[in-house]
Amino acid sequence: MAHGPAKGFTRWLYTTNHKDIGSMYLWFSFAMFLLGGVFALVIRAELFEPGLQIVEPELFNQMTTMHGLVMVFGAVMPAFVGLANWMIPMMIGAPDMALPRMNNWSFWILPFAFAMMTSTLFMEGGAPNFGWTFYAPLSTTYAPPSVTFFIFAVHIMGASSIMGAINIIATIMNMRAPGMTYMKMPLFVWTWFITAYLLIAVMPVLAGVVTMMLFDIHFGTSFFDAAGGGDPVLFQHVFWFFGHPEVYIMILPAFGIVSAIIPTFARKPLFGYSSMVYATASIAFLSFVVWAHHMFTVGMPLAGELAFMYMTMLIAVPTGVKVFNWVTTMFRGSMTFETPMLFSVAFVILFTIGGFSGLMLAIAPADFQYHDTYFVVAHFHYVLVPGAIFSITAGVYYWLPKWCGNMYNETMGKTHFWLAFIGLNLTFFPMHFAGLSGMPRRIPDYNMMFADWNMVSSVGAFLFGAAQIMFLFNVIATIRGGQKATDEVWENPEGLEWTVASPAPYHTFSKPPQVD
Amino acid sequence: MAAKETMRVTWRLLFTVVAMFIFAVFIMPPIYDVFCEITGLNGKTGDQYQAISAEVDKSRKVKVQFLATNNESMPWQFKPMQSEIYVHPGEEVEVKYFATNPTAENMVAQAVPSVIPFKAAEYFHKTECFCFNNQPLKAGESTEMALRFIVDIGVAKSVNTITLSYTLFDITAAATQQSIAQN
Repeated sequence: MAHGPAKGFTRWLYTTNHKDIGSMYLWFSFAMFLLGGVFALVIRAELFEPGLQIVEPELFNQMTTMHGLVMVFGAVMPAFVGLANWMIPMMIGAPDMALPRMNNWSFWILPFAFAMMTSTLFMEGGAPNFGWTFYAPLSTTYAPPSVTFFIFAVHIMGASSIMGAINIIATIMNMRAPGMTYMKMPLFVWTWFITAYLLIAVMPVLAGVVTMMLFDIHFGTSFFDAAGGGDPVLFQHVFWFFGHPEVYIMILPAFGIVSAIIPTFARKPLFGYSSMVYATASIAFLSFVVWAHHMFTVGMPLAGELAFMYMTMLIAVPTGVKVFNWVTTMFRGSMTFETPMLFSVAFVILFTIGGFSGLMLAIAPADFQYHDTYFVVAHFHYVLVPGAIFSITAGVYYWLPKWCGNMYNETMGKTHFWLAFIGLNLTFFPMHFAGLSGMPRRIPDYNMMFADWNMVSSVGAFLFGAAQIMFLFNVIATIRGGQKATDEVWENPEGLEWTVASPAPYHTFSKPPQVD
Repeated sequence: MAAKETMRVTWRLLFTVVAMFIFAVFIMPPIYDVFCEITGLNGKTGDQYQAISAEVDKSRKVKVQFLATNNESMPWQFKPMQSEIYVHPGEEVEVKYFATNPTAENMVAQAVPSVIPFKAAEYFHKTECFCFNNQPLKAGESTEMALRFIVDIGVAKSVNTITLSYTLFDITAAATQQSIAQN
């Protein structure tokens, strides 16, 4: 029974171990994070000054598109799946995921999907250039020939996400240790449980919309072609019916991570556990009825604008409950500020700023001013970078000692945090101002009046990028050696994952623990 | 036992996945069309209207404006032969559009209508329209294209002006493919 990992490369190729697969997901997503980051730095280098200096407008459009696609589908989503693979079985006292072979498959198709998608950069006509939202007819009638590769890459990553989600739901429903009732599950498990249902519901819609594109391009149908009786606006409705739940897929697991970290470093139990669960479920439910707030300017009846505006604002209520709970957890706690806590506190503050700019965008009449400006770019980067990226980083620092048995370098971790924090705010805060004064998204050149803010943004972006190299270095150094971590790692952390040895043995909970 | 339970959950989730895919491809587009027809969203007008002998409301007049737009690089000359007319609600009128194919190629075009304001779309009935069929024109040929319509007597009192816009698309490639497929 007690056998370790296989030797050599086939260990990774054939593995069905949740920890191996989790590590591969995390490394893959970090590689994609760097690749998407390079695309972002090309964009910021071009925008450092007005005028065209470094890249042609055609390549600039390919960079904005690939940056979005790689970050959303390659960096954020696989990172959360990786954390789920590592932590969910250990948090609920299960020996492994419910469907370990499918787990292997869902990981190993991802590198092929992204190899296919990035290979379009070297094709005739270039990579997809229509933005990560790939609105028809830009992505059908006017698309470069490589769009077909893009469509199949999306199919493959969709299949991967769906398999991952099925696995997570099956694990949570059937593999919990005796006594681990639903309302005793850690919040990370709860938020992933709900996220997995969102994935099951909307990834097929994404597959559907790209399939319709494929048929319009190659088989003469007219789903999105007005000349044949179709409607390009239909594309936007179907896309955002997928797209809005998708943005919550990228944030709900983050809520779970910070809900695990903040109580540990505030040395108080999480305030309002059950309200956190209900708030997460409400946010997930509301995500299905707000999609048209992405398309206020497309020409909707007034009643539609109002309905989507009020529904969108309603989301602020459960989100407010969450922020209140985190703040209340910290209130009068014996707080210390280790690296994971720094990232988590920054998450609460900066994600709230992103939430507020989201409320501004939700006001339909005001949105006519903000639509497709840098204000939108500022908003969604404020929710995604300090939201998804900071929480993943916090999670890695928090659980890394458990994974590899060594403590990371705290000084380097804190330096990483402050560089990333300053870099992030330098990059994205000025975008609010540029956007409010009218700078449009997705342009390689701009009016002189936006020059100062853009220069600040570009400097910040390179600082943020440099900070991530420090993160990579710190993680590698920790895996290779360093001060040994105790089994508990932190002071009285809550959860079954801290009851196993550090580093976590290859097989944990072969006998289920008793939870009371 | 647990394995059996896992397979049950897996099949149920896979079924949901397939159902959502079918929903996106086969259900959402028709729902959207029905929704647009009911609300007049996007100014979509209905198919050919079977004229029923309705009374004519002589007490009011509605201005109907005609627009013609060429989609992207469509090279035809395309214009309404009168820019606007006044009609009584319930009265059937005929107007004409003019089109020329100035190129050296035989081409096929398709006109797609849109009505503004949206709330008037469902009251704008076309009994005959060149937009119901595609328009083939030989190289250098010109044509006058007829449109007969009735503004329904039920149109809201607040609607004084209706704008009917046609966008002309070049569908030569698609039409050729279709005729090859039919032969």
